Amino acid sequence: MNQKRNMFQKEYFWHGLVTIGGCFMIVLTLAIGVFLVYKGSASFTTYGHKITEFLFSSKWNPADSSTGGGSIGAAIYIYGSISTCALALLIATPFSIAAAIFMTEIAPKLGIHIFQPAVEIFVGIPSVVYGWIGLTVLVPAIKNIFHLTYGFSVLAAGIVLAVMIFPTITSVTADAIRSVPTQFRQASYGLGATRWQMIRTVVIPSAKSGIYTGIILGLARAFGEALAVAMVIGKTRAFPKNILSSTNNLTASIASDMGGAMEGGEYNSALWSMALLLFLISLLFIFIIHSISSKEEKKINGKN
Amino acid sequence: MGKIRSAKIRNAKIADKIMTIVFYCIALLFLMLLLVLALYVVIKGFVDFKLEYLSFNRKGIGNQFFNTLYLVFLSLLISVPLGTLAGIYMSEYAKQGRITKFLRISIETLSSLPSIVVGLFGYLVFIVMTGARWNLMAGALAVSILSIPLITTTTVDAFKSLEVGYKNGSLGLGATHWQTIYHVMLPACFPRIMTGIILAAGRGFGEAAALLYTSGMSTDINWSNWNLSSATCALNPFRPGETLSLLIWASRSEAVSANATQIANLSSAVLMIMVFTFSIGARMLSRRINKKAKGC
Amino acid sequence: MDSKISISDLNLYYGSFQALKNINMDVKSNEITALIGPSGCGKSTFLKTLNRMNDLEENVKIDGSILLDGIDIYHEMDAILLRQKIGMVFQQPNPFPKSIYDNVAYGPRILGIRKKHDLDEIVENSLRKAVIWDEVKDRLNKSALSLSGGQQQRICIARTLAVNPDVILMDEPTSALDPISTSKIEDLAVELKKNYTIVIVTHNMQQATRISDKTVFFLLGETIESGETHEIFSRPKDKRTEDYITGRFG
Repeated sequence: MNQKRNMFQKEYFWHGLVTIGGCFMIVLTLAIGVFLVYKGSASFTTYGHKITEFLFSSKWNPADSSTGGGSIGAAIYIYGSISTCALALLIATPFSIAAAIFMTEIAPKLGIHIFQPAVEIFVGIPSVVYGWIGLTVLVPAIKNIFHLTYGFSVLAAGIVLAVMIFPTITSVTADAIRSVPTQFRQASYGLGATRWQMIRTVVIPSAKSGIYTGIILGLARAFGEALAVAMVIGKTRAFPKNILSSTNNLTASIASDMGGAMEGGEYNSALWSMALLLFLISLLFIFIIHSISSKEEKKINGKN
Repeated sequence: MGKIRSAKIRNAKIADKIMTIVFYCIALLFLMLLLVLALYVVIKGFVDFKLEYLSFNRKGIGNQFFNTLYLVFLSLLISVPLGTLAGIYMSEYAKQGRITKFLRISIETLSSLPSIVVGLFGYLVFIVMTGARWNLMAGALAVSILSIPLITTTTVDAFKSLEVGYKNGSLGLGATHWQTIYHVMLPACFPRIMTGIILAAGRGFGEAAALLYTSGMSTDINWSNWNLSSATCALNPFRPGETLSLLIWASRSEAVSANATQIANLSSAVLMIMVFTFSIGARMLSRRINKKAKGC
Repeated sequence: MDSKISISDLNLYYGSFQALKNINMDVKSNEITALIGPSGCGKSTFLKTLNRMNDLEENVKIDGSILLDGIDIYHEMDAILLRQKIGMVFQQPNPFPKSIYDNVAYGPRILGIRKKHDLDEIVENSLRKAVIWDEVKDRLNKSALSLSGGQQQRICIARTLAVNPDVILMDEPTSALDPISTSKIEDLAVELKKNYTIVIVTHNMQQATRISDKTVFFLLGETIESGETHEIFSRPKDKRTEDYITGRFG
């Protein structure tokens, strides 16, 4: 009888413990959101700036004190983030999709034994190492090839980011391709299609939503990358004239400026607002991914 | 009709062959890129190698290496129990529906946070709000925020892929839910969860942005000092501790020290090797798991 | 009437396992030839040799000869061209996740036919021949997956017809369908044989008696007996055929 009571006490104890574990996750997420909103909105509440100024003005001169009075136009940084990520996507996506097709359709055995591990290793390389290689190899190379004063540029950041997100897009796309049912391939071959025709007309269109998800995931990773970009982008507070100009972006400026900004001051709050913006953008990405997959589900279920 | 058809088929076959070649080329490019990258980093790291670079003082990376390992160890200490518990809750106890939906959203949100944002949060909560100075523990906590969703997801997946028979068999013998989990399901899931932990550790080694404003960019260890409360004691988790990744970051402006470039190269090489080892380790472990599963 | 397809001494190996043993058969034009026999006896494998779908699998070795209109399909003909002359309908209806129109137009598009007018004509003709035009003519742009199983199978047949084959292979085309759809497709097959040659694998002996002209009985990779359908079912010459037909095994 005592043993039984012991058993049940233990059960309740551990049940309680795991529930705490679960609740902790939710609490943690909420806490992060709340803190970010609290600190990030100080620019607008305490210092009275307008959101439009933050998003669209390029006049960035916040006062590093609690008296305020400066300007916090983050447009340069926002544009820097957008342009480097867009360039990275442009470079990485075609190669990623091609690599994924190779891994799954052209040479599946090579794909499993060589490429899958290769992609996983690629993913694990720390971003600072990418940044360091970018700094020591890519930046001087760009400087020499294009005869510039410095090689720091949107191009350098775009290339570094492209290499970083390439494995992400590749592996998600490969998964999407693998989940296209074999019957479609058989039907296509049965109608006299070549392998490339089958891939182009049946497999890729069927895997479309998975490919979009992969692209958004890659974009999200590029957007959130801080140090690798900071090492090669040049930290110039100006809109880039072209792909070869240096500029700055949201993550890099937070990384380099937060240490010096006085706690609670206007500069500090402005940086927090940037962090809040990053947070909201990553939520946006999650939302987009969800709507892609629920549209896909509706398509499949609505049919049957 | 027949002639036109044959011509069209011939064209289609040529296009197919061309595309196959294109795909092989791209695949080769990809492999070469990885190879060149890896080789370059490792070779560059050891080309100007001087033994003193490995030393555990200001001239070498020994301290940072130790800090990296110690920090990841601390973060696993926190994230593994929390992550596994949360994962068990989600797959075994939580009512399927609203609560699991919230959990899933939380996990997704946490895992897509940019690490610099997590670092800022860590800075706010573990440094500013506690009034502390940079310390390893704060960094470990920040890294935990990044690892917990990974370990939770791994745990949930591991439980999901378990044979239903294990659970039912145990419950059918009169065991409680928790006993079933602890004595039957967890041990069965262990290898899979272990793989997730190894992956999380691998990621933790390379983490940098989250540590910028939590564990700090300096390190000062006196290896003969074993007074745990001292700021120069190696094992004191409440001291600042620069990790390998932050050392590389610091070297970006060469004014830091004369050998900054070589040090950064060596650090990059060491980090790469660590990441490779853990990645291959996790792979081998999951292959052994799959073999065992097939064997049964 | 010359044979449309002539199979001589056909052997097929999956690695070291011999799946087809010394098959000799003639398929006549404008007839329905049914292949019957217990599961796993090589009927589907045999069917796939006729349009070289076996080429897509690993470790398959084939010797012997298969002639289509006198031409050896393995050594004297291109596989792609062959698959456009010999079409296939599968057991599970497998329309592409595209619109009905795009499904039927798939084959012609692969062949490079681009003009909308030409495609429209082919699509309508094929859907009419598959006796499904009236049911779908107002929703050609809807997804093919929104149709019922029986309708999907007829779309697959239309899709095959759009490529203008000479022969249509059907691998248990109605086994996944309800009785009404089954009888619609059986009627369709009988109608189609006027212009095409049909080879159908079926588990359903009543189906074979209902629609086929010739029947071939397969057992363990060999053809035990073949002949006119009514002969096979009323006066089988081999005891094994008789046992299978009367349901003593299978």
